[in-house]
Amino acid sequence: MPLIKHGAEIDDIWAYVPDEADLSPGGCITVSLARFRSERDILLARNTDIGVRLAPEDDPHELEDFLDRLQLIEISFPKYTDGRGYSQAQLLRRRFNYAGELRAVGHVLRDQIFYMNRSGFDAYETARADLHQVLEALNEYTEVYQPGAAGQVPVFRKRHKG
Amino acid sequence: MYRYDEFDARIVSERVAQFRGQVNRRLSGELLEDEFKPLRLQNGVYLQLHAYMLRVAIPYGQLNGRQLRRLAVIARDYDRGYGHFTTRQNIQFNWVALKDIPDVLESLAEVEMHAIQTSGNCIRNTTSDHFAGAAKDEIMDPRPWCEIIRQWSTFHPEFAFLPRKFKIAVTGADHDRAAIRVHDIGLHMRQRGDVVGFEVHVGGGQGRTPHLAALVSEFVPETELLDYLEAIMRVYNRFGRRDNKYKARIKILVSELGADEFRRLVREEYAAQREHEKIALPQEEIARIHAYFAPPELIPASGPNEAFEALKVEDKEFARWARINLHPHKVDGHVSVTISLKPIGGAAGDATDAQMMTVAHLAETYAHDDIRVSHAQNLVLPHVALKDLPDIYRELKAAGIATANESLITDMIVCPGLDYCNLANARSIPVGQAVQQVFADPDYQEDIGRLHINISGCINACGHHHVGHIGILGVDRKGEEFYQITLGGRADEKAAIGDIAGPGLKADDVPGALKRVVDTYRDLRTDKSELFIETLARLGHEPFKEALYAAD
Repeated sequence: MPLIKHGAEIDDIWAYVPDEADLSPGGCITVSLARFRSERDILLARNTDIGVRLAPEDDPHELEDFLDRLQLIEISFPKYTDGRGYSQAQLLRRRFNYAGELRAVGHVLRDQIFYMNRSGFDAYETARADLHQVLEALNEYTEVYQPGAAGQVPVFRKRHKG
Repeated sequence: MYRYDEFDARIVSERVAQFRGQVNRRLSGELLEDEFKPLRLQNGVYLQLHAYMLRVAIPYGQLNGRQLRRLAVIARDYDRGYGHFTTRQNIQFNWVALKDIPDVLESLAEVEMHAIQTSGNCIRNTTSDHFAGAAKDEIMDPRPWCEIIRQWSTFHPEFAFLPRKFKIAVTGADHDRAAIRVHDIGLHMRQRGDVVGFEVHVGGGQGRTPHLAALVSEFVPETELLDYLEAIMRVYNRFGRRDNKYKARIKILVSELGADEFRRLVREEYAAQREHEKIALPQEEIARIHAYFAPPELIPASGPNEAFEALKVEDKEFARWARINLHPHKVDGHVSVTISLKPIGGAAGDATDAQMMTVAHLAETYAHDDIRVSHAQNLVLPHVALKDLPDIYRELKAAGIATANESLITDMIVCPGLDYCNLANARSIPVGQAVQQVFADPDYQEDIGRLHINISGCINACGHHHVGHIGILGVDRKGEEFYQITLGGRADEKAAIGDIAGPGLKADDVPGALKRVVDTYRDLRTDKSELFIETLARLGHEPFKEALYAAD
């Protein structure tokens, strides 16, 4: 599935390992939060990059102490109308200062991407929007009313600077 | 009133371009209807029984003459010559073609209006007291904070896909005209020493499981309000139920957790906010927005006004209208005027393009270019000098909008019902009209006094039946419409959910049954100063239930 990160389409070097499958010996893998919880020591001892995939009901606080050990967090959107992933992203990026890749996976549509970017996502795995559309979506609004993870200065500050 | 600066204008015009793109992608088939649906809903576009409906935002119910004229033009050019004012102080057009909607939005943007977040599972139009900035009993003007909330909630990246819709109301007077206790968040402005703040109520709502809001904080200082709202919203977004549409509102979360646990979660989230997460709205921004709401320069006039008094003596109908449709103003010699959109036999909240033009003209000529929409679906001119009332009345009368029934029994809240709405189980408008007919005699309704009848055509309660002094709920039973009557609801500072009186009535029986209830009240009240709702509270519901079901 096409993966778009930082304004370019990139190759996906990551693989998600379902809970019932064996961990592959090499390569970059993500696992569910449940698996990360139960096999954490094994996973963190690996000589490879490691990531976690959060389901909507997962609590990102559980990852707080391990964020500098993770290179990727995937936030899944089984249905695009389920907005819990935006709060998860905000918590990870803005409260816990997570600096690795934050990737939206699942039902990711063009018209969500502006909100996702501002909530802290920087990568989008989507079959429903090509690079051109993603870039267009990211630039649909030049002004915003709230502070956010993407660093746009909200208008209530622009109005009073200098 | 608030005026857009370059930033607001740019955001709204970018919204028009974005929605035009979305409509094009839908029309070309690139977007599936399922995927388009939440997008169009967040822009107020519903697919109704007969056509698409467009709901346009009127933030906290305030607009000026130019804006109302533009709504009139849209009603004329894109609809069938009328618009419908709603209980969220918005306006809906029922017959707009999807392909025309981007052009309508562009036309609205020219007059600083939009349809952003008038629907969908996001933060909706913030509502307020329709007499804000004018009412004699007001302590603080809630509109600046409504505008601050409007901007904060517009395209909030975290809260665009909530479990369900979300409604906020703000009031600044002791007497609550904004129904804050039946909102997802109700804010009551308070003052502690020099600090302005808000009493915060969460989890009120109507629909199939009505709840009164729980008091979550007694005082949140104004500088912390947005951060506190963020904490509430995040708790709701994360923990609100998403497994069942009917249990997804925040009222269910608050009631399932209990108010104490919900309050604890909000406090915990609020306490965890780090400095860089805080919105920290600059004082100069708070001041900038407040400046737009400076009161108009009204010249106080003491004592009676001659022209006004003379016409009252001369014209009994004018005298009645003046007794009923005027509300006390902060400034002597002034009043707020309610323009009733509830003529006997009309559709509640509907106004024609010509009527909108008349009101716009009156606002510009006599009323400081300020117009409000009330949640009771009427229009208001908040700042009017007594001396101008005769001229205003004459024009209203000529336009057919001088009905003297503000807050009387025929001033009903009525949802569109089965005549328009996809969700409805039963008709609302014809039932409302039939009830109006029974009470149409002006002397009779004035004798009855303040009495709110609210009608909903389904359990979603858009017609606020739970908080009507008398509520009417349309239900469908095996293909036949029945109407369930509730008694004792109220939406003000003494908010209460009405009790279901008993089995539903057939549509034809509703007017007669209500007449028996009302006449029972007239027999039992201590005197005319005791309102229906007060007699009900004093005596209990029994005598009224008996009257409701007594055979003729």
